Amino acid sequence: MRWRAAALLLALAAAGCATPNGEPSDPLEGLNRGVHAFNNGFDRVLARPVATAYRDWVHEEIRNRVRSFFSNLYDPMIGLHNMLQGKFEDGFLDWMRFAFNSTIGLFGLHDIATDMGYDKHNEDFGQTFGRWGIGAGPYLVLPFLGPSSARDGLGIGLDIYFDPISRIEGATQLRVMTLGLRFTQQRADLLEATRLIEEAALDHYVFTRDAFFQRRRNLVYDGRPPREEAR
Amino acid sequence: MLKLAKGLIFFMLLGSAQAQDTADALVKRVTLETVELITKDKEIKAGSRAKLIDLIEAKVVPHFNFSSMTALAMGQNWNKATPEQKKKLTDEFRVLLVRTYASALAAYSNQKFDFRPLRSKPTDTDVTVSVRVLQQGGQPVSIDYSMEKTPGGWKVYDVLVGGVSLVANYRTEFANAVRSSGIDGLLKDLEAKNRAAEKK
Repeated sequence: MRWRAAALLLALAAAGCATPNGEPSDPLEGLNRGVHAFNNGFDRVLARPVATAYRDWVHEEIRNRVRSFFSNLYDPMIGLHNMLQGKFEDGFLDWMRFAFNSTIGLFGLHDIATDMGYDKHNEDFGQTFGRWGIGAGPYLVLPFLGPSSARDGLGIGLDIYFDPISRIEGATQLRVMTLGLRFTQQRADLLEATRLIEEAALDHYVFTRDAFFQRRRNLVYDGRPPREEAR
Repeated sequence: MLKLAKGLIFFMLLGSAQAQDTADALVKRVTLETVELITKDKEIKAGSRAKLIDLIEAKVVPHFNFSSMTALAMGQNWNKATPEQKKKLTDEFRVLLVRTYASALAAYSNQKFDFRPLRSKPTDTDVTVSVRVLQQGGQPVSIDYSMEKTPGGWKVYDVLVGGVSLVANYRTEFANAVRSSGIDGLLKDLEAKNRAAEKK
């Protein structure tokens, strides 16, 4: 199933390369705009109202615990990514975070490692590929998941495969509920940011796309990207 | 009239303090003062957008160089604009940016700031001042101010949030608008965006 998805992404990327048109980083603009509109509709009708209710009705303290719990689940993978990128000290610290937070922090409900001065890192397969020198490739808007690129889309496929929650076996209901809660929590954390983008953008699609590329480039370089030549 | 006089004194004080500040000290002072004012002001807390914008105009806007920001966002098209178009573009872009800034500030809820030490030589005239906004249980958000030294003190000419440059992010949008309908077309888009936001 996931190989089929990967093959589809590659086919889309190849189809895009064949017809360069307009913005070089976005040969599939027509298709992407369609998915972007679909995602906005889904967000307006379901994701945003649910996330807003979650933020307004669930106490902040509980939301913080939920955020910390999910965040902790991914520290082992984040550590592995840092190792794969040759950042052994960071990787080791991520595993230390997981060890501390899972035990003293009560299954990750409390992020005591951050209080101890061990900062949380942000890594995923897309960033590891980027560190290895693979370019982002053409822009891709994924249904439900939002802005991505050929490289990062493939990365997301792998991220999902290695996601501990999608590894919950034999208990479909629990898995679906957990994924739903995580999605809601993540969407709730982005409520302000998405509102700001809507207020700031002249063309929501273009603004989101350019912000995505800038953001990913920044993440690949861990916040210290080399200066880019002005276009 | 008294308000005006108070305002003038305020600006003079601001001006004198500004001359002594290094870029990072300026960012720290303005950030902390602004945040203190918005958390104490009853009207702003109750959601008064007009009051918040007044506050930003007084405290924050004097430290921004909007014509630089507009020129950078326009890229090559800036040189094609007449002086009158340049002025209008700067005015409209300024309204858009101030309003967005106000929205960002309105969402402020007691997050702590981590002011990063400035990595530059005292002789530098172009520096980046970094602030991290710490969030409970989440990754800190970095805000970087690109600043240039001018006779009137340090001025911000770009803001990067989480590595996303605001000025760079408008470049494609501006270029697209100019390509399809000229500089006046872009001006119309900006005006329409600002008027629509005013009505809300």
